[in-house]
Amino acid sequence: MMSGEIIKSLIVPPHPHPVLCPDKNEGWQRIRDAYDEARRQIEESDADLIIIYSTLWPSVIGHQIQADPNPEWVMVDADFHDLGSIHYSLKIDTDFAHAWNKANISRGLESRTVAYDGFPVDVGSVVALELLNPNNRIPAVICSTNVYSNRAETTVLAKSCMDVIKQQGKKAVAVSVMSLSNRMFTEAIEPHEDRIHSLKDDEWNQKILEFLSEGRLEDIGQLSRTIHDQIRVKKVVAFKPMWWLSAMNDNRNDLTGKVLAYEPIHGAGAAVVVLDPQSNGTGDKEYDEDDVDFYGGDRNVLDSSEDETESSPLDSGPALYDPVEGKNAVNTSKAPKPVGAYPHARREGDLIYLSGVGPRQPGDNSIPGGPIKDKAGNPLNYDIKAQTRAVVDNIARILEEAGSSLDNVIDVTSFLVDMDRDFSGYNEVWAETLGKVGPTRTTLAIRALPTPIAVEMKVIAKV
Amino acid sequence: MAKGSIVAGCLAPHPPHLVYADNPDQNEPVSEGGWEQLRWGYERLRESLKDVDYDVIVVLSPHWQTYVGTHFIGVEKCSSKSVDPVFPNLFRFNYDLTIDVELARAIHDQAKSEGMSVKMMENPDFRVDYGTIVSCHMVRPEWDKPIVSISSNRSLSYYSVEVMQEMMMELGRSTAKAIEESGKKCVLLASNSLSHRHFVTETNPPEDMSKEHITSHAMHLWDMRMIELMRSGKSQQIINEMPEFCEQAIAESDGGALTWLLSAMDVPTEPATLHGYGTIIGTGNAIMEWPCHTWGEQ
Repeated sequence: MMSGEIIKSLIVPPHPHPVLCPDKNEGWQRIRDAYDEARRQIEESDADLIIIYSTLWPSVIGHQIQADPNPEWVMVDADFHDLGSIHYSLKIDTDFAHAWNKANISRGLESRTVAYDGFPVDVGSVVALELLNPNNRIPAVICSTNVYSNRAETTVLAKSCMDVIKQQGKKAVAVSVMSLSNRMFTEAIEPHEDRIHSLKDDEWNQKILEFLSEGRLEDIGQLSRTIHDQIRVKKVVAFKPMWWLSAMNDNRNDLTGKVLAYEPIHGAGAAVVVLDPQSNGTGDKEYDEDDVDFYGGDRNVLDSSEDETESSPLDSGPALYDPVEGKNAVNTSKAPKPVGAYPHARREGDLIYLSGVGPRQPGDNSIPGGPIKDKAGNPLNYDIKAQTRAVVDNIARILEEAGSSLDNVIDVTSFLVDMDRDFSGYNEVWAETLGKVGPTRTTLAIRALPTPIAVEMKVIAKV
Repeated sequence: MAKGSIVAGCLAPHPPHLVYADNPDQNEPVSEGGWEQLRWGYERLRESLKDVDYDVIVVLSPHWQTYVGTHFIGVEKCSSKSVDPVFPNLFRFNYDLTIDVELARAIHDQAKSEGMSVKMMENPDFRVDYGTIVSCHMVRPEWDKPIVSISSNRSLSYYSVEVMQEMMMELGRSTAKAIEESGKKCVLLASNSLSHRHFVTETNPPEDMSKEHITSHAMHLWDMRMIELMRSGKSQQIINEMPEFCEQAIAESDGGALTWLLSAMDVPTEPATLHGYGTIIGTGNAIMEWPCHTWGEQ
């Protein structure tokens, strides 16, 4: 597996003033200069991807990821239309966009890509890319902010993004496009009259920037709800970008931070901050919020409780065990708990033997594609492809824990509870995944598995 | 010059699903239908307005969100494609519409003289929001009437429902006065849903009506209460209960359109006609008409 990483993180403001009229206010010019400095730093790095998380692109149906290879249009700000227009023509890394979308879904998120002529790329993304990447030297990807997402969902969104960065070996720059305090003046002002809207907003902004200059990104993540209450006007999205950015940096608190500029834009707090992954030497702090790898929250709301076909927590059935820590055992919290006293895998020489792997998700035990029967034993409709994909993903996580990967799988025995119904779908996913690796395979029909799943695989791989 | 007047006021919700389901030539996606209860409701509204003589449609949409005052489109000819950033799979509409800039400016000037923060939008590259387009299209798909497009000032976000309503009451009075002085006959559209809690997943196809319902019983109760108040002419009570409605039903009337409409009609005690009610991706939507042109005859 290739190694990818975040090589730089940025916090930048969304307003069009630094693009359209920096000369009208010294502060706006300083923001423009800071944007230019951030651009130079990116150009001098070996970055090959810019990832934008924009608070000005709200979404309802999960998260949306821009997948048009070349979005082009003219952007006019809803409020500051008198400043002029910005013609944009962006270069999107569509392979990454689709892979991120797929990774989101595999981690339990609602997600989709968008690729439509005339799609209105939001002002924040346009401004950030115009100033950080004016000639499209580096491809970008843009993600929306879901109006209903909580910290768990936003964290998982970042983790799935990191999955793809690592898989594709990207050297990525993560960008949160956002204001600090977002209270603007509600009336027109002259440029020279601009200032932070209130002393309280300014003091909170200064405190946020003090933390960021010390590299304490996760501390800001944990303070986000308080910050939102104190200095954020309740617009459609809350102060979520720090959750995303912190998770993109493994929830660290010892980054190397530098504030390049902090100025008012029509009363809001605009800052350009650069966070480098090098440790600032202070030592990391405790991460004291629940970590979450898979999202099992408020989804399937279209279905009644009696008709859950997409995913269902395994709240009945066999007891679950912590994986056995025996000789040469390989266990991981990223795979579902066993239904008996055995490890996830065992290493012998240069071979790894996996216990039977099903599609259950670690954490909440939900079953992608839905369970095959309800608590009363009544059969349910389920998606064998989603289940099979989840099995392969679980296998990949166990192998990764063992220092191996799907590429090293040499033999698989698959078990299906309904060969007639499911072989075709299972076979299709196999062809897309393990089939490309080329292990030997045996597929058996069996009467039942211990949990309400349709497919399980027994795997042998090389280290 | 004869005095202008508001000949009808309408609650005209704008979920893009309605245009998508109608399959007009201007919209790129193609559907198998869906949301018929509401689309038939709009059909009844169009029938009701068929013989009403009017010059202009004045619409306030919560999807042109402005934080620095209330804005008015001041460009006479607007042609482009409006793509919904939330449901781009459903709404990619090629529009070609005419703005009554004269009336827009008159309302702007009147509101300004009353101390409101207002601005004319005169950038020709500006794209008209999908809320404005959906409501206008569903009411008048011929697009043969000029419109006045008013933004939704998000004063609720900055202050409170009470402040928002105070400002929208003033904007409503300014709108009515400017219309009266213009000599024009106008249909007013408040472009918003009632309860506004969405589902966060989408069916495949989106028009699968077997999955469409209100998100919760509480939302249903609020929607029915508001409709009943409208049907019984209790506009002032709607305004009085707006803070609770906005908070508990996450109502889209938080954008101010309904309050503006009621104020422009001088907070009517006359009943509104319900043309249709239905849910769209879980949100509650009612098509209501206050037939102002008949009130003087009674």
